[in-house]
Amino acid sequence: MTPAPALSVEGLSVEFRTRSGAVRALENVSFRVAKGETVALVGESGSGKSVTAYAVMGILDPAGRVTAGRAMLGDLDLLAATPKELANVRGRKIAMIFQNPRTALNPIRPVGRQIADVLICHGNVSRRAAPAQAVEMLRAVGITDPARRAKAYPFEMSGGMCQRVMIAIALAAKPTLLIADEPTTGLDVTTQAVIMDLINDLAKELGMATIFITHDLALAGQRSARIVVMHAGHVVENAPTADLFANPRHPYTAELIAATPDSAASLDELAAIAGSLPDLRRADLPPCRYSERCPRKIAACAQPLPLAAPDAAHFVACWNPLPAQVVVAPTVSAA
Amino acid sequence: MGGPDRPGHDDHNERREMLTMIVKRLAMAIPSLIGVVVVTFLLTRALPGDPAVYFAGPAATPQAIQQVRVNLGLDKPLIEQFGRYVVDLAHGNLGTSLTTGQPVATELRNRLPASAELTLLGLIVSIVIAVPLGIVAATKPNSLIDQACRVISTAGVSLPVFFTGLILVYVFYYLLGWAPAPLGRLDVFYTEPPHVTGFYLIDSLIAGDPGTFMASLKQLILPALTLAIFSLAPITRMTRASMLAVLSSDFVRTARASGLSAYTVIITYAFRNAMLPVITTLGMVFSFLLGANVLVEKVFAWPGIGSYAVEALLASDFAPVQGFVLTMAVMYVMLNLLIDILYGLIDPRVRLEA
Ligand SMILES: Nc1ncnc2c1ncn2[C@@H]1O[C@H](COP(=O)(O)OP(=O)(O)OP(=O)(O)O)[C@@H](O)[C@H]1O
Ligand SMILES: [Mg+2]
Repeated sequence: MTPAPALSVEGLSVEFRTRSGAVRALENVSFRVAKGETVALVGESGSGKSVTAYAVMGILDPAGRVTAGRAMLGDLDLLAATPKELANVRGRKIAMIFQNPRTALNPIRPVGRQIADVLICHGNVSRRAAPAQAVEMLRAVGITDPARRAKAYPFEMSGGMCQRVMIAIALAAKPTLLIADEPTTGLDVTTQAVIMDLINDLAKELGMATIFITHDLALAGQRSARIVVMHAGHVVENAPTADLFANPRHPYTAELIAATPDSAASLDELAAIAGSLPDLRRADLPPCRYSERCPRKIAACAQPLPLAAPDAAHFVACWNPLPAQVVVAPTVSAA
Repeated sequence: MGGPDRPGHDDHNERREMLTMIVKRLAMAIPSLIGVVVVTFLLTRALPGDPAVYFAGPAATPQAIQQVRVNLGLDKPLIEQFGRYVVDLAHGNLGTSLTTGQPVATELRNRLPASAELTLLGLIVSIVIAVPLGIVAATKPNSLIDQACRVISTAGVSLPVFFTGLILVYVFYYLLGWAPAPLGRLDVFYTEPPHVTGFYLIDSLIAGDPGTFMASLKQLILPALTLAIFSLAPITRMTRASMLAVLSSDFVRTARASGLSAYTVIITYAFRNAMLPVITTLGMVFSFLLGANVLVEKVFAWPGIGSYAVEALLASDFAPVQGFVLTMAVMYVMLNLLIDILYGLIDPRVRLEA
């Protein structure tokens, strides 16, 4: 029934060693991205969305360490791959777009050269043909007068243009999976929509799967087929988009939906989520990292969280989830 | 920053920006040069000791001293002395040394290459060691090389330069006998190569004389090493710190994520960006070296401008001291100009700000 996934993350745990102790940034994170599908990773700031992406890309900070898990890209486990194997897929099969397009580009290299570097590196273009090809890439991401823009530096371009360049760099080698980490933060609303459309169109054109990272649940709802909700380094809920909005099961997801401006009748109704993320350095973190903020906490919450069934259509990591109202798809009730 | 879109530049534009920048920086250097001329003049007049007394000799009568004073023009009002000084300067005349009787300009011109060859070689040796060391230390934090880097950074600063020089002479000349006697640029058995650049290493090569080349290299090794050891610490430290900062920046992460090779990421992307503060440090170190030269030249009996200035200073000989300070000042200005140009070549933002 389910097609072979483009990426399957299984039981990923990441720790950062810091002076003030180990930060357990991710614990047992699992999700799948089907070929050509767009999956959104949603959660408030600090929930571990970027760390998940960096771990998969193999670009974690030196202080960060993957302590458990697999990330299967086809037959290759990205987390156990040799540097050579990684070099083969990074940028070529799996690429990434970052938040803050202005700082994500090399400030002292013309943007055309930066695209050409990637083209040359992945060997599909000769050194001589690369500059012209880079101009073509700029045209493809909708930059007007691309031949002249190719010689410009990032500081000479607007944020939206820089993000277009980032997209051109990421898509240079036509990857099968794109991770877009808050690609529109820092851009104005109109540009945001244009950039998102551009990513969607190009993804469709290349048949590319996309992991779309955002803290904006409403935006995730518009742009993705499936939503993975993260909280404090855990995946708390994972469901098809329509299902998630119609029938959120995790109390945190429910709060997030209530806090989304779209669904609130007025700004006054905008519920702020009580409490804040727990300190991930604590030795006594409860099994459910939401339990200290949770209005539905019960005694059972002290036991280890339920594990994700590999093919669950709607997964929720909770011992006392909200009731399933309408059964849209087979639901794995963890309780 | 975040300004409106600007179209890309073509190469012609870039060259014009560069030229504009150079002209502007040159113009900005003029007031500092004027200041230097005034200050050197006043400073040398404020030095203790009366040159007229000194040169008339210990047994001179007051009349004889007065005669010397008139000959030297020291009886004139300060403002008139300054006027003459400026006019002479404009003609490239830096006065005459009272101790040697030679024109200062000529002596400085003859001695400058000796100092420059030594300082540059010291700096090059230091860069060749320190920059790769700093880069490797930054890419492999807490590795053995990183530890070595830390030791060098702390050990280097705590050793005074003349002390390093003396230790090197003691070990390599006195104890081991590997190095020649620390007596100048060339062993007495060799004649200096025909003057082209004034750098013996280069001139001997031009003359096709490997014997002289080796001989002058041997003389250079210890003093150059002394200066290199002195500058190793700041350059290593700055390269490492600057690389660490750049390596953790967003665009290096982008470069990594897009699969560029380790070499491209570290050298083409990271190091080029990390170079700016390193170049600033190089400029500072070079200035320090010019000063440290005075001591090193003494230890190694190097016939450079540093030892020339010290001897003149001890003899209350105005003109050479003035000439020395002026030369140094001009070199500082040129050094800063060079740094600005390098900055402009590396960083397009600097070019446009100018
Ligand atoms: N280099 C690091 N050292 C220590 N802790 C880190 C490091 N990088 C990330 N973390 C921790 O990992 C957790 C998750 O961070 P992450 O950047 O993934 O959050 P995020 O969901 O992407 O948030 P945002 O929306 O702000 O981008 C945070 O608690 C953060 O403190
Ligand atoms: Mg993030």
